[in-house]
Amino acid sequence: MTERRRIKVDYMARVEGEGALDVVIDGNRVTDVKLKIFEPPRFFEAFLQGRHFTETPDITARICGICPVAYQMSAVHALENACGVVIDGPLRALRRLLYCGEWIESHVLHIYMLHAPDFLGVHNVVEIAQTQPAIVERGLRLKKAGNAIVALLGGREIHPINVRVGGFYKIPSRAEFDKLAATLEVAREDALATVAWVAGFDFPDFTRDYELVALRHPDEYPFNEGRIVSNRGLDIAQTDYHAHFEECHVEHSTALHCRLRARGNYHVGPLARFALNHDRLGALARATANAVGLDPDCRNPFKSIVVRAVEVVEAVDEALRILRTLEFPDAPSMPVEPRAATGLAATEAPRGLLHHTYRISADGLIEHAQIIPPTSQNQASIEDDLGAFIAPRLGLDDDTLQWQCEQAVRNYDPCISCSTHFLKLNVTRR
Amino acid sequence: MSAIKIIGIGNPDRGDDALGPAVIAALAADPPVAAELSTASGDMLALLDRWSPNDRVFLVDAIAPGQAPGTVVRLDAGREVLVHALANFASSHMFNLAEAIELGRALGRLPAELIVYGAEGACFEPGSALSPATAAAVAEIADRLREDLRTCTKPH
Repeated sequence: MTERRRIKVDYMARVEGEGALDVVIDGNRVTDVKLKIFEPPRFFEAFLQGRHFTETPDITARICGICPVAYQMSAVHALENACGVVIDGPLRALRRLLYCGEWIESHVLHIYMLHAPDFLGVHNVVEIAQTQPAIVERGLRLKKAGNAIVALLGGREIHPINVRVGGFYKIPSRAEFDKLAATLEVAREDALATVAWVAGFDFPDFTRDYELVALRHPDEYPFNEGRIVSNRGLDIAQTDYHAHFEECHVEHSTALHCRLRARGNYHVGPLARFALNHDRLGALARATANAVGLDPDCRNPFKSIVVRAVEVVEAVDEALRILRTLEFPDAPSMPVEPRAATGLAATEAPRGLLHHTYRISADGLIEHAQIIPPTSQNQASIEDDLGAFIAPRLGLDDDTLQWQCEQAVRNYDPCISCSTHFLKLNVTRR
Repeated sequence: MSAIKIIGIGNPDRGDDALGPAVIAALAADPPVAAELSTASGDMLALLDRWSPNDRVFLVDAIAPGQAPGTVVRLDAGREVLVHALANFASSHMFNLAEAIELGRALGRLPAELIVYGAEGACFEPGSALSPATAAAVAEIADRLREDLRTCTKPH
């Protein structure tokens, strides 16, 4: 009779939102892996219907407390696309600055508080703080620098309120930007030290042959703009997203899965961005990646923590670059007049590509909204990772296997609240 | 420098999660002398920046169901490790109040005095009002905070 093992994690820790993992092993074969997302659906797309398009940045910011800027940015770009408006110059630069703040906040939270404990063999960041307080203080200081950007330009640290279609409600003063720059000078050193720290972790020997998808811009590391590209030849405009990607429902998840119509599962996030855009990094981040041996051909998802750290360097350095060359806009926003149209846009949330689609009426009311978050797009890839990861490790005891599986899920920094539109771990060995 | 700070934690639009802000509102009607009243929600890590080493800090937060709704607890977080006692503090975020306090303790960043008041919530549904039991706990906690402030001497 074949031995059946089941590894179950009913509520996964150190992820945002509520989900579970259920793995079934029959003898020496992994027969089922389900990333179960049971956080209730949140119906944001339905809430948006009938609302005025100008309300969208404030409503979509409420989808996530960790990456509200991403939701605001994809929303305003999609709506400006619908209205035929392109925001450039200082307002464009300031949007990029705001996004830098969110990447710093979100990546540093994940690196220090959520993922590093896995690599250090401890349960949580409190245990790291008990033995290495200076490291944790560095993480808190660095996260605070990201918070400072979002608080200044977004109006507050969580669920910012200063973003509008066409730009911002208010532009901070030169003195406030100068104070921010001083904070970021310190943050740059902390970011560099973070890369050196995480690059020294031990990484499981594991790679996968992903189709990696990310934005690519002619001369910038991507935040707000670029074509959607992959390492397997995909190269499309953001407005052609739905012709190439489709959402589908799976029974075990309240979050829709998303797949490439032509080839199925794919991977978005830091590993994909770095692989496809390493040549667009600024000199400091590129040199830092090289110094720790981070290869653009890296396909080890556990090393995503190193990529995140490199992206923090890039975000801090880019924020400083923007502040150095900042010209003040003539007005805090550009006028945007509604018209009956459909607008589509994607930006790079910390966890990966975030695509929004809106159809609005001539009087500016939203008739249809579709939001496709990065965690939804990565769900199938997470399940594929776990199947491939567990198979050669069946000799491990259940506790060790469970620990490593949870770590593998956290490689993606899954944001369950965002994707429900998501974690507990169950492994069954039969 | 030292101060007395009362911080109400929670989302005012999520049923009994509104306990903390509701206690602050109740106190604000007749503010206790020398106490700074404020609210907090979302990122509990940010609490570590809300006090100085010499401050006396009172936190108020809702607790997820464990005992009867409305049951009030008072914890001296400065004197004992409260991870287990605080494990049920309600948070939809990955870093809850207990973890933030224990991180502060490990880093030596807790204030001179840290008292946590909690009350069992019954309902945390978005858009719902305080349940009757939690509403009653609001008045009880406000009264006990006023009593704490009357019996404590000036900040040292």
